[in-house]
Amino acid sequence: MSPDFLNFIETFLNGLMAGVMYSLVALGFVLIFKASGIFNFAQGVMALFAALTLVGFQTGQVPFAHLIRAIFGVEILHWGAGMPTILALILTMGVMVALAFLIERLVLKHLVNQAPIILFMATIGLAWFLEGLGDLMWGADIKPMDVGLPSGGSFWWEDLTATWAAQGSDYYGMYIDTLDVSAAIIAVALVVALSLFSQYTATGRALRAVADDHQAALSVGISLRRIWVIVWSLAGFVALVAGILWGAKSGVQFSLSLIALKALPVLILGGFTSIPGAIVGGLIIGVGEKLAEAYIGPLVGGAIENWFAYMLALAFLLFRPQGLYGEKIIERI
Amino acid sequence: MLYREAGDFKTTYREDNQTFPIKSERILFWAAMAFAFLVVPFFIDSYWEKSVLVPLLVWALVALGLNILTGYCGQVSLGTGGFMAVGAFACYKLMTAFPDLNIFFVVLLSGCVTALVGMIFGLPSLRIKGFYLAVATLAAQFFLIWVFNKFAWFYNYSASGQITAPERAVFGIAVTGPNAAPWATYLFCLTILFIFAWFARNLTRGRVGRSWMAIRDMDIAAEIIGVEPLKTKLSAFAVSSFYIGVAGALFFSVYLGAAEVTEAFGIDKSFLALFMVIIGGLGSILGSFLGAAFLVLLPVLLKNLFVGSLGWPTDVAAHIQIMLIGGLIVFFLIVEPHGLAQLWRLAKEKLRLWPFPY
Repeated sequence: MSPDFLNFIETFLNGLMAGVMYSLVALGFVLIFKASGIFNFAQGVMALFAALTLVGFQTGQVPFAHLIRAIFGVEILHWGAGMPTILALILTMGVMVALAFLIERLVLKHLVNQAPIILFMATIGLAWFLEGLGDLMWGADIKPMDVGLPSGGSFWWEDLTATWAAQGSDYYGMYIDTLDVSAAIIAVALVVALSLFSQYTATGRALRAVADDHQAALSVGISLRRIWVIVWSLAGFVALVAGILWGAKSGVQFSLSLIALKALPVLILGGFTSIPGAIVGGLIIGVGEKLAEAYIGPLVGGAIENWFAYMLALAFLLFRPQGLYGEKIIERI
Repeated sequence: MLYREAGDFKTTYREDNQTFPIKSERILFWAAMAFAFLVVPFFIDSYWEKSVLVPLLVWALVALGLNILTGYCGQVSLGTGGFMAVGAFACYKLMTAFPDLNIFFVVLLSGCVTALVGMIFGLPSLRIKGFYLAVATLAAQFFLIWVFNKFAWFYNYSASGQITAPERAVFGIAVTGPNAAPWATYLFCLTILFIFAWFARNLTRGRVGRSWMAIRDMDIAAEIIGVEPLKTKLSAFAVSSFYIGVAGALFFSVYLGAAEVTEAFGIDKSFLALFMVIIGGLGSILGSFLGAAFLVLLPVLLKNLFVGSLGWPTDVAAHIQIMLIGGLIVFFLIVEPHGLAQLWRLAKEKLRLWPFPY
């Protein structure tokens, strides 16, 4: 095989890995949109908040340390000891569930039956609130995330692929980050778990019923408010996973909340209401973006990753306005 | 008491259709205008100009533009920051290419350029609706910012990638550049805003505005009764982008003086503008002003409170500020989803009947 072709494969594979990461964020959006028709812009910030909380628990930071210092002048930044990763994970999940509960109680309950744009705006307000809260609780500095996932290039894969190239060509094998691989595996496991959950448990069935038809679900005795808490907790869980994986990749910092913006083209490509859509859309966007950066980027001066995904999704939408797997849009007078 | 009016005694169409049907409201409006035009310029200082009044005027213009598109025509746009950047860069290029052209016309021409760009990015709206469109307009945002970063022609090959406004004057008085007096920049923005608000008000209650609202309320039904979606949607995009472009030009040339595109016109500006429109009131001219006032004044107020009065470190204050603004936005949406303009409307109803509610 020629090195050019192998480079193409390498770009393609890395695109797939990046796509899985995008899907992971998009998944949280889809869960909430299906169950409540809310386009939850705060998903990215939820991932940031979850990651910050996890790292905070792990390293034993004192929450609100800077605020306490500002008000009382007391200097306590650290408890002195961290906690084991498992315990920190469980506690963080607890925080996310509490957050879901509070969001339902304080925000969603009061906004039932409002126009979608109002709900969308409310989630942006929520995003700002969480962003401020996260920074206020744990400080705004960049923190490393370490939950014991492997990272760095895979030498085995590099050596293996080096032998594929034709004899005598300068090819040193493909680079694939083991972190990306484990992220992909975790994402697949998450999707399988979510589909099993929604297919075989009573709660999962209730979730699907609500997604199908709110009124009908209400009439057979499903409590919408309970479902919303569950859905937002699930989205919090997905956000936690996304936060861990993205955090392990690039450190826990403010830019983590911007991954929501990466997930949006994935969403419109795959359709707001479809879990398979989020996965396939993510893969298409990931691969498209990496290939475009490698092959179109040099022609126009590079750094096109920021907008290429949007243009791809936009071009796609012109042919299929409801996205790849979205429900067919039927309009009536 | 204040709004004295008993029954509906209008005898002409003109009377029925006026912007301020109540006399006290007309007086109030002209008094406010007289205050803004004749009194404020004598007392304005650099702090009030730079951190309160000029940003307020510019953002009110942005909100007005976005309100035409989102509030009147129902097309949600998240590309406001990108369109502001188009206005700013068009202004910069025109200012440097035609040094003798009056800044007033430069600003208007930048608006026209932005209107063209807005129409191009408005084309997908014929096919895509709702949130899909909102996300699609993000394409405009990112693409435009990238273009202005990437092609050095736009910033005249300056080493820093920044654009800096040269000094330009109206009637011999500098309104841009470092030597512009606070009252001059203030009056320049205020005049433009006044003309544009006047124009918007009359546009939205005429034929064009009604066709926008028909499309907003139900596009298929509007199409059936003969409102052309192509013309209507694109005209909304054009007019809205024109306003936003003018505002972007003012934002860069009068307010900032020097701008770096990613920082000055990022995605956060798009969200900020959308917030102003929603907090102020969708489909209301007054709402655009109230929304802009709320979101421009609140951070200044909070900063003065936390850093100035309580003496907290700026980073903690900044975090609390963003948290409070987010919280307040959610609060306002819960209390009054139709915005501040609706609160004003309700207050007026109450005031009309006030001492004898029954």
